[in-house]
Amino acid sequence: MRSRRRLSQPTMHARFQAYGVNHLRALVLSLGKLYRAPFSSVLTLLVIAIALTLPSLLYLILGNLQQVTPQWDRTAQISVFLEASVTDDQVPALAGRLAQRSDVAAAEGITREQALEEFRTHSGFGDAVDALGENPLPAVILVTPALNTQSPNDLEALVASLNQLPEVESADMDMQWVQRLYAIMDTLERTTEILALLLGLGVILVVGNTIRLDIQNRREEIEVAKLVGATDAFIRRPFLYGGFWLGLGGALTALLIVTLTRILLAHPVQDLAALYGGQFGIQGLTATDSLTLLATGATLGLAGSWVTVGRHLRDIEPS
Amino acid sequence: MIHLKNVTKRYPTGHEALSRINLKLDKGAMAFLTGHSGAGKSTLLKLIALIERPTRGRLIVNDQDLAGMAPRQVPYFRRQIGIIFQDHHLLHDRSVFDNVALPLVIQGYRQHEIARRARAALDRVGLLHKEGAAPITLSSGEQQRVGIARAVVHKPAILLADEPTGNLDPELSREIMELFIRFNQVGTTVMIASHDLELISSLGKPMVRLHEGHLQRERAPESA
Repeated sequence: MRSRRRLSQPTMHARFQAYGVNHLRALVLSLGKLYRAPFSSVLTLLVIAIALTLPSLLYLILGNLQQVTPQWDRTAQISVFLEASVTDDQVPALAGRLAQRSDVAAAEGITREQALEEFRTHSGFGDAVDALGENPLPAVILVTPALNTQSPNDLEALVASLNQLPEVESADMDMQWVQRLYAIMDTLERTTEILALLLGLGVILVVGNTIRLDIQNRREEIEVAKLVGATDAFIRRPFLYGGFWLGLGGALTALLIVTLTRILLAHPVQDLAALYGGQFGIQGLTATDSLTLLATGATLGLAGSWVTVGRHLRDIEPS
Repeated sequence: MIHLKNVTKRYPTGHEALSRINLKLDKGAMAFLTGHSGAGKSTLLKLIALIERPTRGRLIVNDQDLAGMAPRQVPYFRRQIGIIFQDHHLLHDRSVFDNVALPLVIQGYRQHEIARRARAALDRVGLLHKEGAAPITLSSGEQQRVGIARAVVHKPAILLADEPTGNLDPELSREIMELFIRFNQVGTTVMIASHDLELISSLGKPMVRLHEGHLQRERAPESA
């Protein structure tokens, strides 16, 4: 009896092979199941996709803003308006002196004459200036802060110190927009993180709920499988893979939505950039970003089903 | 093979389904479990299959003491048993073949081995020509035979059946019982719960009678 039974058991090697086959089978079957219940699967996929799209888009916006800001930083200049008593001859020397400072990268002097010339050329109000009879423009030195003087605090200190100089009437830089921009970016970054966390949790819950319904619908099947000797691992497997596919599919859909959004936004953003006299194309998600998104989706899906499966399969026992 | 020592089963509701049952069924033997509905027949089979655990007493099945069995060992224990129910528990979203193949799939047999054994089991219950059919399209006698094929497909050491002929007419019932006798003849230990006294007393196998949870008598077969 005993030996007959042993003969009828699969060999160790066959078991090991079967382990892989079982996994593959569960993987494919769980995909087939999604395919056979297209409507509810698509709904769940869309919910997951939207949940993943939101943080991805924010991430994209953030990345693009960060990409733009360094350019602004480098062009950030301090306009140093000189006292009327400073003659045009003195301007280059003063500019040279400022350029020597360690916190200044470059200083370009613009005499009153040059300023007037520039104004005439660019503003179109040349005639109006001529009517004044006298040059109303002050001499200016455009100071470019050194690379080590880029933070809002350092820039503020530089502006203050320039203001101390006797020849300077006022040194000015619209500091606030820089500070505001940094603050906005910080806020956006934090918001993205919090949203990503919350929506990630949402994905886990959505997948968990879908899998829970699936388990309830297949209660009888689970009972029968347990009766004929299915291990918990065997029963768990198709549900886990089900969650995996939902997460991966949702992430793939999210990737499509993000890409589509980028394409739809490309033109308006270019127009916007053109208005500011710049050239700017939106950066999409990189290959690494895309892979991360897909992996995140799959992991969240797997996590969602893991949590549910552990809880609900235990409750189902043959009776 | 199956040995119950002073087994009592009391459900959480307080109902005592089995009281101090002592029972022994040898390897390769076959016995019928009789009694009115509610006498404890199903409970006894469930205890043997570890679907329920006894309140008191010991069960030794296939040389294993069930009291010491951890939950994770239960699936492997159940693979040594084939169980047949009155309502046959077939899965209606798959074919007859897939129903029968389920225990083999679970135990990790290879595809061609699964096909060979599932067809052999279906052949033994005379349903090979229905392997592609949906269970719902079969008659209840045929459905019961599919359930039997599923229970024997992995060649279990023990076969348990709970009212396997409950829904069948006398002729079909006899066919089913003869099927069980054939499995017993090739060495499987068989225990069948049934209240169809007329049929089972004609089969010449020992009968165990339960009455309100008590073992009333163990009757030797008249022509064994």
